[in-house]
Amino acid sequence: MHSTLDGEQIDRLFRLQGSRAVATLARIFNDLDRAEDAVQDAYAQALDRWPRFGLPENPAAWIMLTARNAAIDALRRERTADAKRQLLADLEALIQADTPFDDDAMDDRLAMIFAACHPALNEETRIALTLRFAAGLTVAEIASALLVPQPTVSQRLVRAKHKIKRARIAFAIPEAADLPERLHDVLRTVYLIFNEGYASSTNRSLVRADLCEEALRLTELLEKLLPGQAEVSGLHALVLFHDARRATRVDESGELILLERQDRSWWAQHKIERGRSLLVGASRHSAGPYLLQAMIAQEHASAARWEATNWRRILDCYDGLAAIDPSPVVELNRAVALAYAYGDESALTVLDAMTARNALPNYPPFFGAKAEFLRRVGRHAEARAAYWRAIELTQSAVERRFLERRLADLTSLEGH
Amino acid sequence: MEYMCLFYVPEDADPGPEVYAECIAVAEEAHRAGAMVNARGLEDASSATTVRIREGKRLLTDGPFAETKEVLSGFFIFECASLDEAIAWASKLPQSRYGSVEVRPVRALDP
Repeated sequence: MHSTLDGEQIDRLFRLQGSRAVATLARIFNDLDRAEDAVQDAYAQALDRWPRFGLPENPAAWIMLTARNAAIDALRRERTADAKRQLLADLEALIQADTPFDDDAMDDRLAMIFAACHPALNEETRIALTLRFAAGLTVAEIASALLVPQPTVSQRLVRAKHKIKRARIAFAIPEAADLPERLHDVLRTVYLIFNEGYASSTNRSLVRADLCEEALRLTELLEKLLPGQAEVSGLHALVLFHDARRATRVDESGELILLERQDRSWWAQHKIERGRSLLVGASRHSAGPYLLQAMIAQEHASAARWEATNWRRILDCYDGLAAIDPSPVVELNRAVALAYAYGDESALTVLDAMTARNALPNYPPFFGAKAEFLRRVGRHAEARAAYWRAIELTQSAVERRFLERRLADLTSLEGH
Repeated sequence: MEYMCLFYVPEDADPGPEVYAECIAVAEEAHRAGAMVNARGLEDASSATTVRIREGKRLLTDGPFAETKEVLSGFFIFECASLDEAIAWASKLPQSRYGSVEVRPVRALDP
């Protein structure tokens, strides 16, 4: 009896295996719509047949074969032209039904990720494409994860598919010379997905577990697809260290808890251990940006208490990061490490200089951090102004409430 | 597949003979690679005339269609297998250093 096979199980199978089939067909067609249509066709057939005849022996092979056949049928219905003859030949050659998924299928998935994160597409588009075609999320799931309306996600995807097809963005693994730069775009996209989940910029609650999980799954996939790439391991470790602290970032009422006050006994030690194992043997001196950020996160994750944090080592990592990426955001984070390693005044010197050249004029964390240091050295009037600026700028309700509490606290402190 | 690389450069840019020589070198390299389709430089934007037909009437404007700081100054057309190849050619053009190169796929004629 196969009557236990329900739509949900079929959905689950298609989420993974369907993404693989889409990736393979997209590479052949250079056209995501055709690939999706063919797999959708296979899905409809599965819904019809599997509950009646049972699960095929090799569902992955069945999906690939059925989707390929649907693609061939669709091509045949159109006018025959020379170009189509070549496509048909490619499709015919695609499958030995018994060995459908070998290294090629993994290469197709990797090629899909590189296409989705192509630098000729904007970042919002890359995120939507990656969630749809690498993580296998539906449009509705992407919309709810990113907190944007479904039609917005659909439009982004339609526009992206059009550009990929018309401009012929290749579904291909970049050549060795281009790989580091292209890989950086891929890693950045996955990092943005994680970050949107970890520190949701607009949501009322701060942490969105679904996006964190997807980012973790994507980094695991990338590690499998690109073994031995230090920056991939770096991103994976970084995501793990942050994710280990996820549960302690907000209290029961959804309010932000600073790293300083987090209950470290709740940190997920198995994730920290896993992250640490990924960094074994990594050296700060040759490290790329994700590895350096992972090393910083590792210092935090390894300190038994806030007071035991090794800020000098963290500062060393920030020095490395600033050398690779001399951006104002890195400079700000480095200044925070500087404050804990060498005192608030040294950090304020850096932040005052940044203010003087109008760096980060609209970045809430800049004013939040500056307010804290100003308050600690007793420059209260300036601290208040910085809190106000941060409150004015932040998009996150949780962050705003936190800043308002800090401001009220300072005001009452002065009242005494 | 053909890609047109359109150069937009500052109107007052005076590229000099080196830029011209570089363009020739790119054209020769593309020719050897079998990727060269066509290329032209344009006279400066002040020599442009813009034509519009509105309600059957012909309207002429003295100058380019839009007044911008960067103006269209020429183009290359390359034959490439993918956008990445076209971007690689565009990156060799000197205009990408002092202006912008817009890469646009040329629409294929329907068979």
